[in-house]
Amino acid sequence: MEILMAFAIGILFMVGTYLILSRSLLRIILGTSLLTHAVHLLLLTMSRLKTGAAPLLGEKAGNYVDPLPQALILTSIVISFGVTSFFFVLAYRAYQELGTDDMEQLRGHDDE
Amino acid sequence: MMNNLLIMPLLVPLVTAVVLIFFNRQIRLQKWISGLSALANVGVAGYLVHVVRQEGIQTLNMGGWAAPYGIVFVADMFAALLVLTTTIVSAACLYYAFGSIGKEREKFYFYPFFQFLIVGVIGSFLTGDIFNLFVCFEVMLISSYALIVLGGTKKQLRESLKYILINIISSALFVASVAYLYAVVGTLNMAHLSVRVAEAGQGGVLTTISVLFLIVFGLKAGLFLYFWLPGSYKVPPAAITAVFGGLLTKVGLYAIIRTFTLIFYHDPYITHTLIGWLAAATMLLGVIGAIAYWDIHRILIYNIVAAVGFIAFGLAAANQAALEGAIYYLVHDMIVKALLFLLGGTIIAYTGTATIKEMGGLMRTRPVLGWMFFIAAMALVGVPPLSGFIGKLLIVEGGLQAGFYWITGIGLLTSLLILYSMMRIFMNVFWGVPKRPLSEPKKGTGWLLLPASCLVILTIVLGLGAEWIYPYVNQAGETLLNPDQYIQAVLKE
Repeated sequence: MEILMAFAIGILFMVGTYLILSRSLLRIILGTSLLTHAVHLLLLTMSRLKTGAAPLLGEKAGNYVDPLPQALILTSIVISFGVTSFFFVLAYRAYQELGTDDMEQLRGHDDE
Repeated sequence: MMNNLLIMPLLVPLVTAVVLIFFNRQIRLQKWISGLSALANVGVAGYLVHVVRQEGIQTLNMGGWAAPYGIVFVADMFAALLVLTTTIVSAACLYYAFGSIGKEREKFYFYPFFQFLIVGVIGSFLTGDIFNLFVCFEVMLISSYALIVLGGTKKQLRESLKYILINIISSALFVASVAYLYAVVGTLNMAHLSVRVAEAGQGGVLTTISVLFLIVFGLKAGLFLYFWLPGSYKVPPAAITAVFGGLLTKVGLYAIIRTFTLIFYHDPYITHTLIGWLAAATMLLGVIGAIAYWDIHRILIYNIVAAVGFIAFGLAAANQAALEGAIYYLVHDMIVKALLFLLGGTIIAYTGTATIKEMGGLMRTRPVLGWMFFIAAMALVGVPPLSGFIGKLLIVEGGLQAGFYWITGIGLLTSLLILYSMMRIFMNVFWGVPKRPLSEPKKGTGWLLLPASCLVILTIVLGLGAEWIYPYVNQAGETLLNPDQYIQAVLKE
């Protein structure tokens, strides 16, 4: 299971990086979104995957999953959700104001 | 020592920010509330420093969960000093913003965002949990996203896109490094991490993880990876740039110093040498930027980069003198960078241009501003008896002791070039004859100089009162050198 996850995470990282390197702003934002997904899966995998166990079932539970990474992922998901939506709104506003979503044209000049 | 006082410097701006949101329409009331709360927070932070000095490291377990399991807040002297400096610098920038930020931004929640930014900065200094550090970073960064784009001019929109992108990527890397670290040692509490890493021995895997952390924090601090910094710090108005330049990069530096003195200090041959060379490159590239441009903002921004390199060099040398120097210089740099940006903003407000070639003769009409800029520039360069001197002296001494002769040389060369870059501003702006008619300053711009003059006095006091301040810095340096003190305070209760 861990091997499979490693591949999934690797592919997500790869696609995310590819999208971030493209010129269109929309693709870049989607790329960052995929990148954070990959990181969350990584966090989950790093605490070992066990199937069929709940995070915590009282103090005497025989079999349980480490709850900490799940708490961390939850926090991180909330943050990335907020940031991504903000980024989308900002990109839309920038598109309205600047008339382009091509990063090549958003380079800017030194003399302004 | 358990102490609820620890949460106060965080709580004051947080509560203020929430209250301010409800008074969105009454700008005058917002100014009063945020102004008073900023002053109150300076008092609270000062008291915290006093308590830490008297009783040693203070800790607070959030929600009563004991240390390695719950989130713990820790104030050692290093953190407490930085919190105090943060409150002072942010108060000065806030008072500057009162006169300069303008209705447009005030209407759109400038003051709440500003307070949230302070919450994030102070939280990052006080937290003792590495994931909580990430959360505090995010609080700070999200507020900074809002502040950098507030106003919505074209160039702000353009640059904030890049700023947000680079920070999202570095945050993702941060979480990834936390994940790897958790997989290897199974804890997130920094004191506990220190114990576990020491037990396991810092082998290849942990050193690799530490370099990953170095990249993450280096991106935030502008240590070598500063390519995003000049563009994005240039676009917001002076009050915001001042608070960014004074505080944000320093939070990244704090994180680097904390992790590499508390957790990853076992393999200095790899990590600290790497930090040393990154620092040298940062100093050189930063100062080259500072002498290459004619735009006053850009010159000051590249000076931030150079200073980041210098402080990181203090960490790389990692002996008593160098660490004390780094702490001293860090405090000095927060104050003096904010001061320079405030003065730079005032100069631009008076002359109506940011290009120093087009200025001139300001000394005749604005002598106070001229002398304040001169003192600030001298403090930045490290001319005795101003505040930059002692930090620089200690770092150089520590660097030589540690055998980093080359990098120490680069640091001294950098200081000379910084002197040149500052004098170039001074001579172009204040000497000679005005090259264009001075725009008549708007009413009320006179009191823009008041917060700046408080910071000027502070740099002089920091320099002349070194005898009196040194025990505090000494205590901070000692805690950094002996991680056991920190671990004892957090885990043995």
